[in-house]
Amino acid sequence: MAVLDIENLIVDIPGRADGEPLNLQVKSGQRWGVLGPNGAGKTSLLHTLAGLRPPRRGQVILNGSPLASLSRREVARQVAVVFQERQDSFPATVMETVLIGRHPFLSAWQRESAEDIRFAQEALSALSLNLLKDRLVSTLSGGERQRVSIATALTQQPTIWLADEPTNHLDLHHQVAVMELLDQQADNGAAVFMCLHDLNLAARWCDHLLLLYPDGELCFGPAQTMLVPAALERLYDQKLVVGQVNGVPVFVPG
Amino acid sequence: MPASKQRALPALLGLTGLGLLALLLSVAVGSVSISLQDLWAVATGGGSELYRELIVSLRAPRALAAFSTGGLLALAGALMQVLLRNPLADPYVLGISGGAAVGALGAMLIGGGLALVSGSAFAGALLSTLLVFGLAQGGGGWTPTRLLLTGVVVAAGWGAVITFMLTMSPADRLPGMLYWLMGDLSYARAPYGAWLVLIPAVLLTLPLGRSLNVLARGPLQAAALGIAVKPLEWLVYILASLLTAVAVTTAGSVGFVGLIVPHMLRLLLGNDQRIILPASVLAGGTLLTVADTLARTVMAPEQLPVGVITALLGVPTFLFLLHRSR
Repeated sequence: MAVLDIENLIVDIPGRADGEPLNLQVKSGQRWGVLGPNGAGKTSLLHTLAGLRPPRRGQVILNGSPLASLSRREVARQVAVVFQERQDSFPATVMETVLIGRHPFLSAWQRESAEDIRFAQEALSALSLNLLKDRLVSTLSGGERQRVSIATALTQQPTIWLADEPTNHLDLHHQVAVMELLDQQADNGAAVFMCLHDLNLAARWCDHLLLLYPDGELCFGPAQTMLVPAALERLYDQKLVVGQVNGVPVFVPG
Repeated sequence: MPASKQRALPALLGLTGLGLLALLLSVAVGSVSISLQDLWAVATGGGSELYRELIVSLRAPRALAAFSTGGLLALAGALMQVLLRNPLADPYVLGISGGAAVGALGAMLIGGGLALVSGSAFAGALLSTLLVFGLAQGGGGWTPTRLLLTGVVVAAGWGAVITFMLTMSPADRLPGMLYWLMGDLSYARAPYGAWLVLIPAVLLTLPLGRSLNVLARGPLQAAALGIAVKPLEWLVYILASLLTAVAVTTAGSVGFVGLIVPHMLRLLLGNDQRIILPASVLAGGTLLTVADTLARTVMAPEQLPVGVITALLGVPTFLFLLHRSR
């Protein structure tokens, strides 16, 4: 069933015309990739789906309830968001940062239980952060900090992942590790919806793609039908060379 | 937060002990020293008439006023720092003390009594809060950055008015005004108002601690983790402003406590607001009680403005902790 039902949605990007409304259903177990050039509105779309910015028109329905009718807490118990940017104004350790993923499940007077700490520890292991757990997040490298963000989302145990460039700053090994992690989340029944810059990661790991053109035009569908070189060349305004590795298309800028 | 959780209880208990010790010291020390036995005698309803009078109507109210003011300021500072996501924020950063000072100095200038000075300080603080908030609202709602900028500029405006008033004041009124500006507890006789605000404020902020931890990660991340960001920010802003207004009304604008106490504790205990907020109240109260005791004893019979002592004690301690931290 559809966990995210997007109805006639127009994302509110100031100073931009409406463009084409989005009607799309995201189901459990699907891996959606959003592709588009800089400024096409990928992040704004993701934030709108998370309820972090109101849409200009249309609505998003989360597991049968309109997003606007749910409290932030109810949303956060189902949806985890991995942001591209984060604020580390105050010192905090990696463990503390990952553990705040349990916030939506705890009442005001409750402290984190042994189980919450176990969730956080599992998330740290899944992202090979065990050795860093007492480090201050402000001292981490960009890639390490990115993995901490993903671990926080994993600690939230979401049924829907909204991830903005989850492989940002990651080296090749960790890019694959993170994509495998999200893949496994989808196998376990979560819906994964992510913005990606890397066509090749999208081609290898996504089963559905949404293409956002800068003029507000859009198209989406199963990944095989979307990975048409001509369409992608128009999307990025860039010539592409296409190869095949292990049956998966590989795109290189021409 | 397993590591900080282990440190939480001993730290809070230790600070409570220090606080009680500071209060005891403040009641015992002064122009006439009172021994522990005599203190005990007065506490149990006996003791000499002089000691009774000294403790019940002078030293105890003043010590309690100092403790509550310190607690209010440190709590307000810790809240402002989280609200503005800015470690440099203190209770006065949004111009509250400036507004209060203009009110208080205005009352002094026309020769008003203690009640009028306190009343107009409180009115000035609230006026400044509303002014800053209204201006920061602007088109399209307020953001912490906008709030901070508006507050800093309004504070600068109040600063000019204060300087103007000082220049225009007759010489015999000047010392009183300068003492008020540095923070002064000599006239604090009724600490009950401050305690009536401080205790509910602590009880209110305790269950908010974890939400504030999440808010410190920025508004988007906080919203994604289930925080209703705007209502929480409103609550924190109103609460911190009220705490500051009450503190300023009790003791004038005592500096440094609101800025350095939360930071000192963060350096020692980490940044879990569930610990930092109550610890700030205890440490802020202790610091100001000790500082006030020193202010009225080191140069007795002269009394120094307590703000001088908080700065002299606080600045080196803070710099030492900062230097030592990783």
